[in-house]
Amino acid sequence: MKIIGLIITIITGAFLVYAAVDFPAWADPNSPASTYLSPYFIENSMKDTSVPNFVTSLLADYRGFDTMFETTVIFTAGLVCFILLRISGGKEPETRHYRHVLTGVTVTLKEGRKIPASEDFERIDDLWTPPDLIIKTGCRLMIPFIQLFALYVIAHGHSSPGGGFQGGVILGASIILLAISHDLRTALERMREKVVAILCPVGVAIYAGTGTLCLLLGLNFLDYSALASVLHVDPISARSHGILMVEIGVGIAVMTTMIWIYNNISSAGKYNQGL
Amino acid sequence: MFWQIDLAILTLVVVTAVGSLMVKDLLGAAILFGAYSFLMCLLWSIMGAVDVAFTEASVGAGVSSVFFVAAVFRTSRRTKD
Repeated sequence: MKIIGLIITIITGAFLVYAAVDFPAWADPNSPASTYLSPYFIENSMKDTSVPNFVTSLLADYRGFDTMFETTVIFTAGLVCFILLRISGGKEPETRHYRHVLTGVTVTLKEGRKIPASEDFERIDDLWTPPDLIIKTGCRLMIPFIQLFALYVIAHGHSSPGGGFQGGVILGASIILLAISHDLRTALERMREKVVAILCPVGVAIYAGTGTLCLLLGLNFLDYSALASVLHVDPISARSHGILMVEIGVGIAVMTTMIWIYNNISSAGKYNQGL
Repeated sequence: MFWQIDLAILTLVVVTAVGSLMVKDLLGAAILFGAYSFLMCLLWSIMGAVDVAFTEASVGAGVSSVFFVAAVFRTSRRTKD
């Protein structure tokens, strides 16, 4: 089996190398893409959409339909993780561990018994270790700045590298950092399971809704210049604002998907304890 | 751009890619894959594709490494083959 796999891999790799020879050389000015396609976007992006970073205007405006389905793919990935891990295997275990906060005494309760929520006892993981003050405090200090940077990346995607996708991943990573440095339960208190599950399709719906709004206002799907009458700006700035609306939708969808996937994978769908 | 840096990064990309396939310890493979993603991010930024490099750094080297580590933690650390 291993030998067959190796042969298949080598043949596929040889085909890929053979096909790559036909590509134009890197940064070849006479290649088809460089002769008429790229110059159009480089020259007209600022005129059409008033967005200095033409990668953003290309991703969210000229080929906005592609990006919408990319967001849908991300959403589907999170949904599949949820269905595979949470719905099929996600049952709370019978044994629970609690720790008395003042004395540090650990209590183990079997057969599904619980201690009602109080200040004296906190629930702990099976593999509980005493929290490290330096790691906890360091991450607590870093998380607000990470989130601020993520919001900057989303909002400033028009004129610098970045956008909804990267900003959303960084926002999600800040919550994942909280889950790693404290525990999964702390992160779930901040970002509840239901909130994550609702915000994820809402992000995709913001994107598709912006497109539908353009359709209702009488132009093509995702042609943001239709928003000019609603936003009271000229059609060119309306395209810039439409890109921002779409990026916010992408950011919400990607952020919640990252948190969703992490929650399901790290707890094997049980949501009782993470890494 | 200096071709020496380009060559060194390309060599390291191949080394980390093969290494992450060959290593028996899956946690090591996950970390090597993160290193591979980070080197690819450097290559993208050398080529001037800053947006792609940003995505590669945040998704490839950042979040997907965490997902791999979480999956290894919940399954087994050594491969069977």
